[in-house]
Amino acid sequence: MATAHSRAAARLTMSPAVILLLGWMLIPLVMTLYFSFLRYNLLMPGTEEFIGTLNYQYFLTDPAFFSALFNTLALVGGVLVLTIAGGIGLALLLDQPFWGRGIVRLLVIAPFFVMPTVSALVWKNMLMNPVNGLFAAIAKGLGLQPFDFLAEAPLSSIIMIVTWQWLPFATLILLTALQSLDRERLEAAEMDGAGAVDRFIHIILPHLARAMTVVTLIQTIFLLSVFAEILVTTNGGPGTATTNITYLVYAQSLLQFDVGGGSAGGIVAVVLANIVAVFLMRMIGRNLDI
Amino acid sequence: MARAATNRQKLVVTLIAWTVGIVIFFPILWTVLTSFKTEAEAVATPPTFLAFHWTLENYSEVQQRSDYFLHFWNSVVISVGSTLLGLLVAVPAAWSMAFVPGKRTRDVLMWMLSTKMLPPVGVLIPIYLLFRDFGLLDSRIGLVIVLTLINLPIIVWMLFTYFREIPGEILEASRMDGAGLRDEILFVLLPMAVPGIASTLLLNIILAWNEAFWTLNLSASQSAPLTAFIASYSSPEGLFYAKLSAASTMAVAPILVLGWFSQKQLVRGLTFGAVK
Repeated sequence: MATAHSRAAARLTMSPAVILLLGWMLIPLVMTLYFSFLRYNLLMPGTEEFIGTLNYQYFLTDPAFFSALFNTLALVGGVLVLTIAGGIGLALLLDQPFWGRGIVRLLVIAPFFVMPTVSALVWKNMLMNPVNGLFAAIAKGLGLQPFDFLAEAPLSSIIMIVTWQWLPFATLILLTALQSLDRERLEAAEMDGAGAVDRFIHIILPHLARAMTVVTLIQTIFLLSVFAEILVTTNGGPGTATTNITYLVYAQSLLQFDVGGGSAGGIVAVVLANIVAVFLMRMIGRNLDI
Repeated sequence: MARAATNRQKLVVTLIAWTVGIVIFFPILWTVLTSFKTEAEAVATPPTFLAFHWTLENYSEVQQRSDYFLHFWNSVVISVGSTLLGLLVAVPAAWSMAFVPGKRTRDVLMWMLSTKMLPPVGVLIPIYLLFRDFGLLDSRIGLVIVLTLINLPIIVWMLFTYFREIPGEILEASRMDGAGLRDEILFVLLPMAVPGIASTLLLNIILAWNEAFWTLNLSASQSAPLTAFIASYSSPEGLFYAKLSAASTMAVAPILVLGWFSQKQLVRGLTFGAVK
């Protein structure tokens, strides 16, 4: 149906978006790649020189890199497990008929719209603070010693904050998937004497598998780049206890002005993210019928 | 009998669901309540829930001390500006992908998506240095540009999935009648796609409003949107809980309301159409 004329028009209308994105992706990425092979410190201008893979050697053998890699994996993994488990529970709950379902749904998805700096500061100060926080007040009320969350369990505390932010997303997607489940299959299984647990394991979970994969992949993309929550709560500390790869690269380049080393770290982060991206793209590509 | 049992079951579910909902919502509720307290009451032990002296002074103090409205306005300009600019570029692109698909349309769509997966730290340094050299650091226009590019793939994808549901024959008919490309998009496609464009607009304003990597790294006092303004409360002086709460409430409230309105489109937009 498409004529030569409309194909020319298609190329013309598509080009601004393609050119902009190409420029946005390629130019800075090539610059980062180039910087990563240089000795380049913003505090010592004019001393730039080619040093081969030395930046990569330093970055990849730095103990801070290993702890950052571990923290990144723990943060991504912890939040994924908690949001998917919690999301399935919440989706099952919100799928039941009860009074005020619309309002409860609004309450549950609300945290997703809270900007990261606000949620992190509210949790840090008003809930988790060992002196004035609400959790400390509750602990004292119960006769317990208040717990200094961000000092004694910093990474777990950040996982908790990020989980609170992402739980609505997982819930919404799993709930949408759950609502497309054929009710008659559940009823038929019930008639055949399948208990609630059996129905969950053999019918509901397989039906949710696709949605769970989508949640896992999309959240992973965002969770690999968690930044604001760390910046305003712990600044990556104590020590490097809450430094993830994103924060490590930020600290190296914009706090220590080591452009070369930071660039090498940035490239490492791109490679890690690409491994995840390949899976997500396949998943969405399979679903796209053009 | 059966009805009584269902009703009792429904009551139990209602109680559980409301409890869970309120627990999840509680940090937001607590922030809103604290914003109306005095600083002394905000840290009182035991904490007061509703029986405190309600005051609005935190709100006026946040404005006076740090020019809240400047940052609010920055957020509005940056999120609305980047979304509109993105739509301007994305509507023609999505039109061609949906109505004149070629052999490579699928590849282009997937490639656009892949740019979204580029971690921001991978390009942080060059962007920072380019912005420094072009005088775009701490400028609203710089942030508008970056957020437009960041959200462009999502805008194109969302529009594409909406446009695809519009029958192409109508557009073809207008073409037969001699409508040019511009007229076809402006007067035939857009009126039919208003709901889809509106949800795309809404979701992208929300995403841009809450974006907190580039806004934190590329802005300082002048162009700082609310994300960066709130971050300045991470190293405060003196008692600040009530003021932090007031600033947070004002930063979150408008977007929360928008979010509640667009919750149905959220799933579709954020999964690139993989879950509808």
